[in-house]
Amino acid sequence: MSSEPLIEFKNVTKRFSDKIVLEGIDLEIYPEEVTTLIGKSGVGKSVTLKLIIGLLKPDRGEIFYQGTSMTKMSRRELKEMKNQVNFMFQNNALFDSMDIFDNIALPLKEKTSLKSSKIKERVEEKMSDLDISGIESKFPSQLSGGMQKRVALARALITEPKIVLFDEPTTGLDPLRKNSVLNMITHNQKNFGFTAVIVSHDIPDVFFVSNRVAIIDQGRILFQGVPMDLEQSEDQNVHDFIHSQEIMKNEIIGLRTRIDLERAYKSSIKSSFLDDSFLVLLLTLENCEQIMERVGFLVSQKVISTLTEMLYKYIQVEGTIFARYTQNRILCILPKTTKETALSFCHKISTELQEKSFVQRSKYPRSCVNFEITAGLAQGSQNMELPDLVEEAQKEQMVLASLLCGEDK
Amino acid sequence: MREYLISPLNFFAWLGRVVIELIQELGSIFFFFSQGLFLTFPFQFRKILDQIYFIGVKSIFVILLVGMFTGMVLGLQGYYTLVKFGSEGMLGAAVALSVIRELGPVLSAIMIIGRGGSSMAAEIGIMRITEQIDALYTMDINPIHYLFSPRMIAAVVSFPLLTAIFDTVAIAGGYVTGVMLLGVNSSIYFSRMESLVDFHDVMSGFYKSLVFGIIVVTICCYQGYVVHKRREGFGAKGVSLATTNAVVLSCVSVLVVDYIMTSFLL
Repeated sequence: MSSEPLIEFKNVTKRFSDKIVLEGIDLEIYPEEVTTLIGKSGVGKSVTLKLIIGLLKPDRGEIFYQGTSMTKMSRRELKEMKNQVNFMFQNNALFDSMDIFDNIALPLKEKTSLKSSKIKERVEEKMSDLDISGIESKFPSQLSGGMQKRVALARALITEPKIVLFDEPTTGLDPLRKNSVLNMITHNQKNFGFTAVIVSHDIPDVFFVSNRVAIIDQGRILFQGVPMDLEQSEDQNVHDFIHSQEIMKNEIIGLRTRIDLERAYKSSIKSSFLDDSFLVLLLTLENCEQIMERVGFLVSQKVISTLTEMLYKYIQVEGTIFARYTQNRILCILPKTTKETALSFCHKISTELQEKSFVQRSKYPRSCVNFEITAGLAQGSQNMELPDLVEEAQKEQMVLASLLCGEDK
Repeated sequence: MREYLISPLNFFAWLGRVVIELIQELGSIFFFFSQGLFLTFPFQFRKILDQIYFIGVKSIFVILLVGMFTGMVLGLQGYYTLVKFGSEGMLGAAVALSVIRELGPVLSAIMIIGRGGSSMAAEIGIMRITEQIDALYTMDINPIHYLFSPRMIAAVVSFPLLTAIFDTVAIAGGYVTGVMLLGVNSSIYFSRMESLVDFHDVMSGFYKSLVFGIIVVTICCYQGYVVHKRREGFGAKGVSLATTNAVVLSCVSVLVVDYIMTSFLL
């Protein structure tokens, strides 16, 4: 892999009338890599692709191709560059009045002087590579969405371009077809060695196929780098974006995220809202992984949401922070609370929990997993970090409710 | 519109805007035509033949039908007018001159607008809204060269030929009513036609059909090509408006240009 970017945006701005879509973005796309652009709808991802291929021109800034500014390229250089780039449209943009063979063969017929026998050979070879042989005489409207995507990919690859731009290639597809299209792109990228730029919303699936990721938000590049760096990013906007599904689930049940909790904890300590009289209550759903694996995701989610409801019901202490610390743990920071008060909360929760259907053996006639819901307490201190408090709370756990598959409890 | 009627100043502002937009639109159409003309080469023989088939061959039936009835009506009307002056022998010349100079080129153009022009606008409009034109661009295929130039050449070839067919059939239609039904002498019908219709009349009809062909195909293709820029409607509605506009503008342009050309060619 080269260390020099193949395409580079420098301070590029694009506006439509009064609306600024891209505002001074810097973006680097490296050769023979898969770069994915993610972002909310309407933030300028497709505009970025169209700027690369020249369908749109930047209002300010420059786009460099192999180190040369595209605005300073001669007509011939631009033509050569365009011959090396191809574009796969979101809606495929297949020519509906042409059959599949003509659709795929069009760039070769129009842009090369190849004989028809050679064109036929190349089209058949590409169709075979993409597993779409035998549909040459059909029309695009006679094909399924997934097949149309393959045809569009075959057309994009027929001229063996150096760069292929994919505008939301998986939008509107079911999960199976979505994975198949992503597989197809990575498989072909590895086989043919082209540089791919993908616009996608499929988080986190798209991270598995990307070498680099760029997040566009409000006209700016929020992050660009390798997917692992993205996971490690402490930027709240980046975190919110990549964990948007998780955040949505937590928001629905009324819990904050771990990053939110850490931020709130730090600011409460700094402002002395939390003095040495606060408590940390840690509720844990033990054996959560096995429940998800053998009984299902919804049971574990139900336990967590029920626990959250009870916490809100019984803990009426002003300024309490409730957060999902990990997938199976809820952490509460209770300001100005004594251990006795906290234990009485736990007692009430325990009594109500034992009445709930999810701890009844009869609810699991087919597959049952033993589990416990435990609670741990730790005395807070301004000098202690949150992970230390969690560790402290884990030391002494009491069982609030449990399910033993041999009997109801 | 209402606010422009309140104050005369606003009215002039509105009028000025309309005139400016009209000039801009005319400029865009001319620029589109110039690009098509400039990008004619290299010739795309296969596509030109396809378009000649579409514009020309597929319009023959409607041209035959309209030409025949136009000639028959002219024969009928002409006979009853000329007979009042005892000049029914001039019927052949009257039918031929009306058809060759005016009705042939104009009615042929209008028929082709209805049959081919509307579908050109709709086809290119749909290609535009479904990003097929953008796809051509991304493949480094010039959409004007690919879509417009072959149609323009096909129109230049097809319009005069269809007009010639229309003229011939209309003269035959005049013969059917004048000679076969109303009893005008057959030899006189043709001899007067031969003596009064000269080569200049034929050429003026030919020039008109040539110009109409270029105008019709340019307006129809342009309306489809810029469908995404319409403010009144996008998507399917935009295509339907583009098609309507293509037909109306082409017909009006044909009639206006016909008047201008006639005044120069007489």
